[in-house]
Amino acid sequence: MRNRSLLILTTAVTAGALTLTACGSRDDKGKGGDGSGEGGGITVTIGLDAPLTGELTALGLGIKNSADLAVNTANKKEYVKGVTFKLVALDDQAQPSSGQQNATKLVADKSVLGVVGPLNSGVAESMQKVFDDAKLVQVSPANTNPALSQGPNWASGDKKRGYKSYFRTATTDAIQGPFAAQYVFKDAKKTKAFIIDDKKTYGAGLAGTFKGEFEKLGGKVVGTQHIDPDTKDFSAVATQVKSSGADVVYYGGEYPAAGPLAKQIKEAGAKVTVVGGDALFSPEYVKLAGAAAAEGDIATSVGAPIESLNSAKEFLANYKAANYKEAFEAYGGYSYDSTWAIIEAVKKVVEGNGGKLPDDARAKVVEAVQGVSFEGVTGSVSFDEFGDTTNKQLTVYQVQGGAFKPVKSGTFGG
Amino acid sequence: MNELPQQLVNGLLLGSMYGLVAVGYTMVYGIVQLINFAHGEIFMTGGFGALTVWLILPGGTSMWVALPLMIIGAVIVATAIAVGAERFAYRPLRGGPRLAPLITAIGLSLALQYAVWVWYPEAKSARTFPQIPGGPIELGSVTIQTGDIFLVIAAPICMAFLAFFVMRTRTGRGMQATAQDPDTAKLMGVNTDRIIVIAFALGAVFAAVGAVAYGLKYGVVDYKMGFLLGLKAFTAAVLGGIGNIYGAMIGGLVLGVAETMATAYVDQIPGMEQLGGQSWANVWAFVLLIVVLLARPQGLLGERVADRA
Repeated sequence: MRNRSLLILTTAVTAGALTLTACGSRDDKGKGGDGSGEGGGITVTIGLDAPLTGELTALGLGIKNSADLAVNTANKKEYVKGVTFKLVALDDQAQPSSGQQNATKLVADKSVLGVVGPLNSGVAESMQKVFDDAKLVQVSPANTNPALSQGPNWASGDKKRGYKSYFRTATTDAIQGPFAAQYVFKDAKKTKAFIIDDKKTYGAGLAGTFKGEFEKLGGKVVGTQHIDPDTKDFSAVATQVKSSGADVVYYGGEYPAAGPLAKQIKEAGAKVTVVGGDALFSPEYVKLAGAAAAEGDIATSVGAPIESLNSAKEFLANYKAANYKEAFEAYGGYSYDSTWAIIEAVKKVVEGNGGKLPDDARAKVVEAVQGVSFEGVTGSVSFDEFGDTTNKQLTVYQVQGGAFKPVKSGTFGG
Repeated sequence: MNELPQQLVNGLLLGSMYGLVAVGYTMVYGIVQLINFAHGEIFMTGGFGALTVWLILPGGTSMWVALPLMIIGAVIVATAIAVGAERFAYRPLRGGPRLAPLITAIGLSLALQYAVWVWYPEAKSARTFPQIPGGPIELGSVTIQTGDIFLVIAAPICMAFLAFFVMRTRTGRGMQATAQDPDTAKLMGVNTDRIIVIAFALGAVFAAVGAVAYGLKYGVVDYKMGFLLGLKAFTAAVLGGIGNIYGAMIGGLVLGVAETMATAYVDQIPGMEQLGGQSWANVWAFVLLIVVLLARPQGLLGERVADRA
């Protein structure tokens, strides 16, 4: 009988393990701050949290490198007299649980006066309270879920800011989804949409706002699906898309699943354009879907194309000169601006206190970030009463010749 | 358009891949009564073995030349790791408490994942896998993708070969004998240690072929690909009756079809809208497993599990 009970045990373990798919956490070690600067100056640590390993590595490393560049630039310019900035980057693997652990760790390090990150809205949800309790400012370069800043009832107009310490330089899905819907319906003239999402905070939110606007414009939703982004077999979904007769697929989710999904949908023979949000706007998407399958696909992203902005020229030149191994990707500019917002705030606090850090430096920095206003890489950077960026620019990118090219830029007008 | 035939084909294709990997679980279990939880990772390293061959080959090599070499590469890597695991991780624990090798297997599984993650160049995120050129095959309303053609051909060949090997060859009969009673088999002159190594190696060969099929089907390999697929294949092995190689294949096919059907049709049943879709497919797969195990604890084709208690 022992054999059978072992079999039952292992089956139970399997079932349990499946629900915990891909959980786990790892920390960057050996980077802890000791708080001492050279020459008796002040060292201010800026924390960073992003997925530095796992499927979203490309986006995460772009965020990390850009923040690193901002810190180095500030140090080189001696932008804040007497203050040396230091970046401590932690890996959240796109997992909310790791993000929360990292947040706790950053809060415990007294030299940390601000945090850049995270990438994922779902991760941000787990961090907000930890940071807010410690009055530690957090500026995300990439979170787009409106609820993070405007509260869970934002859609019905009841906007309420939950956490005073939370800011972001990326625009929200409340305008990104509808912006995509307008482009798809009015410019690309597609009327039958199949909507797919990954049930995560970001993906489901985006798909929801797209659907609302698309139907309002007169488009027809011919099917919906929810996928498990950890699986790679989307053949059943691809067949449904094909038989639904859709001419456009809107995917709310991220490129690691979107790439294979688009590949399988196109291969199934569906004549559709795959459209998604900023988490599809990565060269990795084209790689995973295959250049041929991805051709013509569309991703919206926050802000104007970086290459076209005057304010970005210095960033582009410096990024190149710094020889980072990885590209800055979709959120590099936002990450630079997020970091710089913290640097500006620290400058204001230090200069307002006779060149020293006040005792309640963290709380003062939160206040100062609320009031920052400067020309950043992505345009003018300042925050509204919810901590959202005042810059509501968005751009539509389309895969042409194997790479995303900007096709339309603008602000969403409701 | 009636999509049922296409969905059935989708399910069968997914199921054949589960089946190929499930064979490795079932054979090892049948002979040493060990659930080799690292088998999913042996599958994964097979995928990276094939990718390595592709990267070594000069650019522009035709897929018709490259594919056989990639299969050989996958088989060599997966077999080497499986045989090494047997020799250094499982054999020292043979005869020890049952749970010891099980825990070792889970440890080995994580070790292999992170070894690839740390040492394989750029394996920290998904790596693209070369594709077969050419278009899909259309059979009436059913389309078979270019990437699936390999699976359509390889899976039946592999299964036929395995049936022949186990039923007709001396070694195969040795495996059957060892599975029935290792001590008596030893007394009859069967080298059981060798048989066990062969079981591990054969399982690895099948997993390697499965991994090449995975790469061609989905266009990517990554260090985590063995985890979920390994669990599914193990489920397929249990569903079919663990220890029975035909059961593994049947279990795989049933599981694949069940998942596909759950994705395509469950949310169309009135009142079940919230429980359908691809994100629920895993849940339905396990509901099916539990239902089968309640009705037939030995699995679809299994025999009495407790014959050696």
